[in-house]
Amino acid sequence: MKLTCIECPKGCMLTIEKTDAGVIVEGNDCIRGKRFGEKEATNPTRTIASTVKTVFEKMPVVSVRTSSEIPKGLIFQVMDEINKVVVKEIYPAGTILIPNVLNTGSNIIITTDMTKILK
Amino acid sequence: MSKEVKNYDVVIIGAGPAGLAAALACDDSKSVLLIEREARAGGILKQCIHDGFGLITFKEKLSGPEYADRYIDLVSEKKNVTLETLTFVTLVEKTESGFKINMTSRKGMQTVNAKSLILANGCRERTARQVNIHGDRPSGVMTAGNAQNFVNLMGLLPAKRCVILGSGDIGLIMARRLKLEGVDVVGVYEAKQTPSGLSRNIQQCLIDFDIPLHLSKTVTRVFGNRRVERVEISSVDANMCPILGTEEYFDCDALIVSVGLIPENEIAETLDVPMDMKTKGPFVDQNMMTLVDGIYSVGNALHVHDLVDYVSQVSEIAGKNIGHESKRDLVQVETQGCMYVVPQYIDMNSLDDKVDFFFRSKTDMLKAKVSVSVNGEEIYKKKYLALRPPEMEKISVPLNLKKGDKISFVLEAENESACPIDTE
Repeated sequence: MKLTCIECPKGCMLTIEKTDAGVIVEGNDCIRGKRFGEKEATNPTRTIASTVKTVFEKMPVVSVRTSSEIPKGLIFQVMDEINKVVVKEIYPAGTILIPNVLNTGSNIIITTDMTKILK
Repeated sequence: MSKEVKNYDVVIIGAGPAGLAAALACDDSKSVLLIEREARAGGILKQCIHDGFGLITFKEKLSGPEYADRYIDLVSEKKNVTLETLTFVTLVEKTESGFKINMTSRKGMQTVNAKSLILANGCRERTARQVNIHGDRPSGVMTAGNAQNFVNLMGLLPAKRCVILGSGDIGLIMARRLKLEGVDVVGVYEAKQTPSGLSRNIQQCLIDFDIPLHLSKTVTRVFGNRRVERVEISSVDANMCPILGTEEYFDCDALIVSVGLIPENEIAETLDVPMDMKTKGPFVDQNMMTLVDGIYSVGNALHVHDLVDYVSQVSEIAGKNIGHESKRDLVQVETQGCMYVVPQYIDMNSLDDKVDFFFRSKTDMLKAKVSVSVNGEEIYKKKYLALRPPEMEKISVPLNLKKGDKISFVLEAENESACPIDTE
């Protein structure tokens, strides 16, 4: 398969081939592209970013993201988990809102420092 | 009653990533006023909640708010920098010793003096009105940045089923974002033959989410009474003119446009700062000083960057070089084959060991070569496997110039025969 590497803005066009000897990646400019290509062929992962509702009028939503990559196939299920949460306290950036979301090993963390906005 | 007029060494207009980086780079001995019209610093990064920021600066994939926070925290530790938010600059005038800045805020009208001025006003989105879309004027037509503000800061969903016009990065990012929030994204339509955004965003925002990208097609009409009801999409020819008879119709309640960014230079224009028609920002030297002594231009006001890391870098250059202003001796960089090159001038009197050049190719190129020559002699070259106009490139060129030297910057396809002047 052919796809663009998303590791950096360079966007190398990768050719990925699954063989008995393993995954062969071509077109990558660096080692991160090779690793990305290998993962795409076996277990593609992504980070996702979204927002979570709060109870604060001045800041109706707060931004969050996954602390590390999650399986691509779980993106919409993780979104469902994120959408279940309502933030009722003022947290700094980096606060874990959902630990180990759907047993992925990744946490949903807050990315906007609420303390700077809601003093 | 006479009002006290404060004097600053540097006034920076705009506390987005450019203004913040410039403020941070200013020497501690300089008094700096950083002016922001919004309630908090960070600029557009506040609403760019997706990740991918900071790969160069922090070697991490951060979201926009996190990237901004790193700078905001560092700037707040600097005792020489004062940040004024909810403050709007109304007029800047040149004075004998620098600049007089009039501004308005909750404190009322205020005037300050500055020896140097850094314009970090960012850029603005081109709107649907600017790309000749005809038809009704219902609500639901908005820019991608506008939609991003609704979703990511206000927590409002501006569409149930939308069409996205333009394949700029924010449009692609918003296609994904809206899809994640359950919006039916009909597709992304691009009048050009190639996408405007970064290849990685085509992959991770469209292909990953099965959102179709249609090239050489544009929205020609909008229908709807109070709210957008449907749009007409037509194929376009090579000159981006709609082809009669190719019309298709799609029901939707929103049209989101991502059709380009324009550097914001209203203040620069009132100060008669000469502008580069190619970048739509001021001409600058390697210190990011415009052709008007004491006025610097940084970030997306200078030219639209595709990476915030580069915005921070160029802004830092300006901050660092403030006050090193002596009489300048400017030489224009002659360019060939690029969409644009920044800086456009070199000040020979303040030349360090190397100069960072940023450039974009005019068209998609395979196997290209950039060469920098002084008086016709090549002093630097770099080869590229592929270049695309949406992807800005940076090169660091060791430069040593003396009065009367000519410098040229040439981008050409590698297999093309050498330009006749470049006889080797």
